[in-house]
Amino acid sequence: MDMIKVKIDGIEVEVPAGTTALEAARKANIDIPTLCYLKDINEIGACRMCLVEVEGARNLQASCVFPVADGMSIKTNTPKVRAARKLSLELILSNHDRKCLTCVRSQDCELQDLSKRLGVDDIRFDGERHDKPVDSFSPSIVRDPNKCILCRRCVSVCRNVQGIGVIGATERGFATMVEPVFNMSINDVPCINCGQCIIACPVGALREKDDIEKVWDALNNSNLHVVVQTAPAVRVALGEEFGMEMGTRVTGKMAAALRRLGFDRVFDTDFAADLTIMEEGHELLGRLQGGGKLPMITSCSPGWIKYCEHYYPEFLDNLSTCKSPHEMMGAIIKSYYAEKNGWDPANVFVVSIMPCTAKKFEAQRPELSAVGHPDVDVVLTTRELARMIKEAGMDLATLPDEEFDPALGDSTGAGVIFGATGGVMEAALRTVHEIVTGEPMENLEVHAVRGIEGVKEAEIQLGDLTLRAAIAHGTANAKALLEQVKSGEKEYHFIEIMGCPGGCVTGGGQPIVKAKTYMEMDPKVVRAKAIYDEDRDLPIRKSHENPSVIKLYDEYLGEPNSEKAHDLLHTHYTRRSVY
Amino acid sequence: MSAIDLENQEKFQQLQKVIDEWKDKEGPLMPVLHSAQEIFGCLSLDVQKYISKELDIPVSDIYGVATFYSQFTLKPKGKYRIGVCMGTACYVKGAQAILDELKKVLDLEVGETSDDGLFTLDATRCLGACGLAPIMMINDDVYGRLKPEDVKGIIDKYRDK
Repeated sequence: MDMIKVKIDGIEVEVPAGTTALEAARKANIDIPTLCYLKDINEIGACRMCLVEVEGARNLQASCVFPVADGMSIKTNTPKVRAARKLSLELILSNHDRKCLTCVRSQDCELQDLSKRLGVDDIRFDGERHDKPVDSFSPSIVRDPNKCILCRRCVSVCRNVQGIGVIGATERGFATMVEPVFNMSINDVPCINCGQCIIACPVGALREKDDIEKVWDALNNSNLHVVVQTAPAVRVALGEEFGMEMGTRVTGKMAAALRRLGFDRVFDTDFAADLTIMEEGHELLGRLQGGGKLPMITSCSPGWIKYCEHYYPEFLDNLSTCKSPHEMMGAIIKSYYAEKNGWDPANVFVVSIMPCTAKKFEAQRPELSAVGHPDVDVVLTTRELARMIKEAGMDLATLPDEEFDPALGDSTGAGVIFGATGGVMEAALRTVHEIVTGEPMENLEVHAVRGIEGVKEAEIQLGDLTLRAAIAHGTANAKALLEQVKSGEKEYHFIEIMGCPGGCVTGGGQPIVKAKTYMEMDPKVVRAKAIYDEDRDLPIRKSHENPSVIKLYDEYLGEPNSEKAHDLLHTHYTRRSVY
Repeated sequence: MSAIDLENQEKFQQLQKVIDEWKDKEGPLMPVLHSAQEIFGCLSLDVQKYISKELDIPVSDIYGVATFYSQFTLKPKGKYRIGVCMGTACYVKGAQAILDELKKVLDLEVGETSDDGLFTLDATRCLGACGLAPIMMINDDVYGRLKPEDVKGIIDKYRDK
């Protein structure tokens, strides 16, 4: 690649041709402020926060979209630049709903950061405000139009990364809004609740539906047995909410925090992930041997499931009938575990801590109530759990490492890797290979299915059969893959699809990563590494060797895919329209 | 099939022809929306959904364009569309008084359509006939150098048509 030399504030740096002034400045250790910019996702130069002076150019340039040229000299900190940036910011603030005290994003807000950084000490302009109603009809996503700064980061991620586009800019001038069409609620459009818009939002205009109070109430109710479970991806991200480095594993501290919050049992969704592998692995074998519908597609990701229901209903029969792991866990807690402990399932309250906003919608599906009560009562995101821990006055970093509770807290490395794209596939292969061939895989780590490439393919020898597998993450990638399957261009036996890019580690319920951090690291990679490290450190790494899973089948379910297993652990899907 | 369904079906067939013509060209959305509005009289959700599917453009993009440009409308308009130019020249020459008089004569607010379906009142951006300011257009007819007292007579002419 051609390298060129540019001067940023007098500091000479060498960068590849085509580099933007914003990126070149970072090479010179200069952090130009940004607001609408989100690396690779939203690069539109709209907010004018990143203006710089280019020697010889008449006007200030938006550095996020301005490619540097050889010999160019750029100044990022002149009176003209500072005045222009501040004026733009003041105009954005002029009609912003400035209720920072009560905003969920207070102290985690890029607009607030900028106001402080650019020295805004007074509201000079008080613009006309719309005072639009907050849209809180969705069980997953809340949209507050009064906080929206029209940066379009959510629009880009929904339209381009996820290939959906249920929100967009409407009207013009002062009337401009980012919203669904025809004044509809986000709940009434074909939104999959993935929450990628939330983690793209620099302010508090998009957030998860907060269900913390329901959990406090349950914990305060002495008639209830309140049981909590945590998804694999939560343990590699929760620490970020407490100032720890991205990729820090806090499994033991999280278990301690949950116990101290007052949960009666602290279980691990990884156990249910192992259970999912038993059910899904046998379902796959059944379809392969019995001429069932292929390719079979995984069903763990509720964002993907809703996407399939809206946009690819012709693939509903391809979906595994397995419930997602936390729903399986809920069903097992309210049946097997409740029976064992002499609990009335009506008095059992299951809370799932998930990296996911789509699971909030999923938990409300009427079909997911195996014993006459919802399998899962409340889903909290990683962010909500962090807020509860903070409210309770705990600092995660100083807590001791504790274990999950026995039985449904036991898990394997196969369960953990569900949190990264390719993980369900890899976990399934570890088990299916052994069932088919009677031999363990030579290398348990299937590197072909790991990594963040949008669509991955692998061929695995299972005795006489060469299993053709594919993995997609993010629904735009899923769309591309499904189109190839539909046209007959590609044929597979088994497909893993996760609704969010990167899988659950970068789900819509995970800690919000600032735009600036994305320029330095990719959370998809850093958090996934922590997941794979966790797998490597566990003594058992195959689902079918989980002693508590074996015991559950012995004592209660019988065989995988038995009638009882079907009643409790499997589900069906609903054809949904697009608008 | 009822007469309404049949009429609707014919309109969608017409729209499909337009889409086929533009589908593979660059920037097909604007011309398709223009034709769709001519065919249906407005850009309803059903029409936008159809275009979305055929052009593989999200409905939110289409809705964004449809609400950005004032010549597009989401609801059916009256038989006579009155546009009062509120551009700078017309404004300075008293367009507001013309608009106020129209509101009074028609008993309508800006953006509304009369119950008999005859008139829709709009305030528009510059119509490009500043030399005749202040002006209004009723469908394709232009009325220039208007005075508030001209308004009633002009409207009555259309009522009696």
